[in-house]
Amino acid sequence: MFDKVWLIPLFPLIGFLINGLFGKKIKNEAIIGAIGTLMIFLSFLVSCGILMQMIGLPAEQRVFEKVLFPWIHSGNFKADMAFLVDPLSVIMIMVVTGVGSLIHLYSIGYMHGEEGFYRFFAYLNLFCMSMLLLVLGSNMLVMFIGWEGVGLCSYLLIGYYFHKKSAGDAAKKAFVMNRVGDFGFLIGLFTLYWWFGSNHNIWTINFVEIKAASHLLPYSGVVTVATLCFFVGATGKSAQIPLFTWLPDAMEGPTPVSALIHAATMVTAGVYMIGRMSFVFVKSPETMMVIAVVGAATAIFAATIGTAQNDIKRVLAYSTVSQLGYMFLAMGVGAFSAGIFHLMTHAFFKACLFLGSGSVIHSMHHALHKIHSNDDAQDMRNMGGLRKAMPITFLTFLVSTIAISGIPGFSGFFSKDEILWQSFSNPYHGNLNILLWVIGALAACLTAFYMFRLVFMTFFGECRINPKAKSYLHESPLVITIPLMVLGALAAVGGYLGMPKLMGMLPNYFEHWLEPVFELANEYGSTYAYHGAHPSHALEWGLMGLSVVIALVGIGIAFTMYVKNTELPGKFVATFPTLHRAVYNKWYVDEIYDYLFVNPCKALGQFLWKGFDVLVIDGVVNGVANVVMGFSGIFRYMQSGYIFNYALSMALGVVVMLSYYLFK
Amino acid sequence: MSNVLSLTTFLPILGVLLLLFIPKDSKGVLRNVTLAVTIVTFLVSLTILTGFQTNADFQFTENVPWIAAGPFVMRYNIGIDGISLWLVILTTFIMPIAVLSTFTAVEVKVKEYMICLLLLETGMLGAFISLDLFLFYIFWEVMLIPMYFMIGIWGGKNKIYAAVKFFIYTMVGSLLMLVALIFLYFKGMEAGITDFGLLNFFSLKLDMATQIWLFLAFAFAFAIKVPMFPLHTWLPDAHTEAPTAGSVILAAVLLKMGTYGYVRFAIPLFPEAAHKFAPVIATLAVIGIIYAALVAMVQEDVKKLVAYSSVAHLGFVMLGVFAFNVEGISGGMLQMINHGISTGALFLIVGFIYERRHTRLITDFGGLSKQMPIFATVFMIVTFSSVGLPGTNGFVGEFLILLGAFESQLRWWTIVATSGVILSAVYMLWVFQRVMFGELDNPKNQKLADLNAREIAIMVPLLVMIFFMGLYPKPFIDKMDPAIKKLVAQVRVASVEAKAIPGAEAVQLPAGHPPIDQSQMQMPLPAGHPDIKMASPEQGTPAVNQHDAK
Repeated sequence: MFDKVWLIPLFPLIGFLINGLFGKKIKNEAIIGAIGTLMIFLSFLVSCGILMQMIGLPAEQRVFEKVLFPWIHSGNFKADMAFLVDPLSVIMIMVVTGVGSLIHLYSIGYMHGEEGFYRFFAYLNLFCMSMLLLVLGSNMLVMFIGWEGVGLCSYLLIGYYFHKKSAGDAAKKAFVMNRVGDFGFLIGLFTLYWWFGSNHNIWTINFVEIKAASHLLPYSGVVTVATLCFFVGATGKSAQIPLFTWLPDAMEGPTPVSALIHAATMVTAGVYMIGRMSFVFVKSPETMMVIAVVGAATAIFAATIGTAQNDIKRVLAYSTVSQLGYMFLAMGVGAFSAGIFHLMTHAFFKACLFLGSGSVIHSMHHALHKIHSNDDAQDMRNMGGLRKAMPITFLTFLVSTIAISGIPGFSGFFSKDEILWQSFSNPYHGNLNILLWVIGALAACLTAFYMFRLVFMTFFGECRINPKAKSYLHESPLVITIPLMVLGALAAVGGYLGMPKLMGMLPNYFEHWLEPVFELANEYGSTYAYHGAHPSHALEWGLMGLSVVIALVGIGIAFTMYVKNTELPGKFVATFPTLHRAVYNKWYVDEIYDYLFVNPCKALGQFLWKGFDVLVIDGVVNGVANVVMGFSGIFRYMQSGYIFNYALSMALGVVVMLSYYLFK
Repeated sequence: MSNVLSLTTFLPILGVLLLLFIPKDSKGVLRNVTLAVTIVTFLVSLTILTGFQTNADFQFTENVPWIAAGPFVMRYNIGIDGISLWLVILTTFIMPIAVLSTFTAVEVKVKEYMICLLLLETGMLGAFISLDLFLFYIFWEVMLIPMYFMIGIWGGKNKIYAAVKFFIYTMVGSLLMLVALIFLYFKGMEAGITDFGLLNFFSLKLDMATQIWLFLAFAFAFAIKVPMFPLHTWLPDAHTEAPTAGSVILAAVLLKMGTYGYVRFAIPLFPEAAHKFAPVIATLAVIGIIYAALVAMVQEDVKKLVAYSSVAHLGFVMLGVFAFNVEGISGGMLQMINHGISTGALFLIVGFIYERRHTRLITDFGGLSKQMPIFATVFMIVTFSSVGLPGTNGFVGEFLILLGAFESQLRWWTIVATSGVILSAVYMLWVFQRVMFGELDNPKNQKLADLNAREIAIMVPLLVMIFFMGLYPKPFIDKMDPAIKKLVAQVRVASVEAKAIPGAEAVQLPAGHPPIDQSQMQMPLPAGHPDIKMASPEQGTPAVNQHDAK
């Protein structure tokens, strides 16, 4: 089965080609949707087969590389189109194809009747192919095709409603910010390649070969440079500080896109990349610290913004940024498997949340459309009390919200608590650990708050939608609710795969599964780790209890503000107008970037063009031409064509010459 | 078969003779005949490709006496290796496309236009195959004249200014090159070289001062053609004023003369000087990348924007070439071809909308995607190829260039250049957004027709190449690899010698010495010198004996 791995990206590619080239002629939505969904589902089946086979193998035989064809060979450089199957990539392909299949299915219902239905499915398939290349690539360059390929698909899908200027802007912003990250990725790649090549004559960008040679890498120094560059790439792709502002804008795309690309898969690429190269990252304590700090900062920063947004998708977008921050925090404290675990549970509950919000928007849009209202179908201030009209959506949404808030028994609890515990107890960052834990816990409180705020504003209370439209509100069709139910179920129980050892009921299958992948990284880490007394179980239980309490506090505040005393938020805004405005306007980060980068660049471009190109360079060029013309303008009088002029000058010449000889 | 190279080069001239017999009013016949000639040329050139042996030698060589005037002996000495092979193919490939693009664009003086195009093709091919310095110079100048007329006669509003600027800029450079060429020849005569054959001069040892002056003269001529910052200002004008086919050829092939000139002449002829000036040239290349990208970003005219993007792309090529390693030069060579395809395609795209709307101002457009979906797809693919998205041709070249340059001494330059990757996305996506996305609010755009069959036929070969070269560049790299390895060895050996024997110029050869064998020239080096990889003598020796090749 392993050597059939190339089928996994191939199926979506076929789907892309069929729908992209002939979709317009096929016209029939059912066929187009079926092709798109079937192709990714086939990939899912192959992935399942690979997973099954891998489970049956002993741990040391679980790494397999499949070379498809030679790609770029030049000089010392060698990059093949090759795939790597190992426990880490298997988890990723399972998530991508599994969640991907559900979202494709959902899209058949959600995108029904949209102009360019075929285009949507073609792009979605292309995205899946790129994402699968990203996670399966056995060298950095194949990963990079996927890396940029998902950026392209994200661009195409954010700009799906291209007639809207905001969509076009958001698409461009996403691509350019990702490119800033890609710049970092490339420099990191060059640095690592050059270092290995020039110092050890190992010219490689292959993950397996780098892993085998990673003992040669020094601690800090060049590794810090390279990994920081890679991390810049990760911040671009995974929307971390400072490159996070594109993700909320990316909500301009259709909602299934937000679920698949901007929540479950693409944005986790940065986390995956760090996991893939954990044995390099861990060799730089500095980079690990930067990752942890950036992750924690992003987690809390985005969470604050999430508390003040009224657009249902924007709340979820900032929530995604914040949750990605958790994953980076995990990577930064060396809890690689916890980070990947949170990546997986997050894929379940956040995909479910996005799809649920899509179901709400779909219904709202339909109802508002019926009464020709121009109210915003995504604004939570227009919603309320939807739980009666949309019971399935409500229930699945609630389950996922509980999961993300970290209530015991649901998936998010296990993964998030593991990260919080590791950020407290990890042996790498010394006293910083407490700060990391506090920030993480605060962000967890905010998460519970804004998520329940969302739930209360949307599904509880009285219905604030136009009364005429109320009767048109309805539950979405099965094709939409089935994916919701599946994802909701996963959000509820998916966490039991990775139960903390502390609880002792189930073994931590997840960590065990990934152990061989991160073994080497942990070994490198232990050389500079702090070897002190291990924190006691009592402390672990205590912190776990504390984090649950914190989450409950968040929920309680949300309940007080948005269910019991609904005038409280208004009062709060009136009391702290500046704070609210700053939070509501996302701390003005976009404006600051415009001021610092965008506008100066444009001004510089204008100056270089009008000031330097036209004025200076062409000024010199034309100036030389004018001087030449000026001189020829004078000299041409000598060529007057009149005989007497020439005779005169001849005579003058004779006089001059004679006088010279006479008077010398 | 042995003179298939000459056949390819002069087929267009035969076409010109044919055109002379066609009345100038039968425009359809003129166009079709020209198209047929260029297609036949392309097909013939494919036999070069199939017959090409993957090694470092010059192949399909012909070497016959041509002019002998006093001390000057010029020979008709031609041949190609892996470096020029792809440029020849690129030229013959792009010509039918360029001709086909003029079918509706040019309505006046069609006969003269077609003759210009064919003359231009011969000029370009000739320059790529010349192995005689003087012959190269002739072809170099031959290219100039048809292009001058194309801009000056069939150009836009400001055509005379643009044409004269183009001509004088290039001419200044080529005159310097001519002087350097003659000087070099006399230097060669002292060392016993008896004709202008390029390969003779590779083994000629020159002292540093001479090398510097000669390199500067050649480099200046080529830098204008590339064009490198700050000698680039003729390009935006020439591109904006030239008719579409002119722009396409200018971008796809003519600019490559500059970069090819460095690879074929300036660097191997004066390797020590090239090494000395590498930081300067890399600096100018990197400035060009950033500068042109910033300027492109704020352009109001689509065509000017594409022109500036050319400057940026060729900055990458120069950076790669001056990395002096296999990766960098391969990347540079690939990028030359890629740029020919992508930027050629961009100019065609601009031509399509110009023909429909007679404007190129970005603000006149917006929302065209809705009205022209096929066009939108094509434009998007080409845009991403130009941006260098992995999977398209643009990526492979750019990546190898940056990788090669990073490995070389130009590491810091590379880091700055890599940021050009961000800027290229900014300006290309911004123009794409403004032209294709948004509301279709301009009433003049609401009736625009999508691409017709002819236009699709023009674009399809380019799109195929974009993906083929992006996904499977191996055949391209493999064919050029031996020649590039040889070049790298040549340049490296020379620089080592310059260090090893400070007074290399002291090794004067007696007059009448037989052409110098490169492997002999290695002799003064200490045995087992680590930097020399040229083990086999045939790698170092020019493959063809200049005098009895036939």
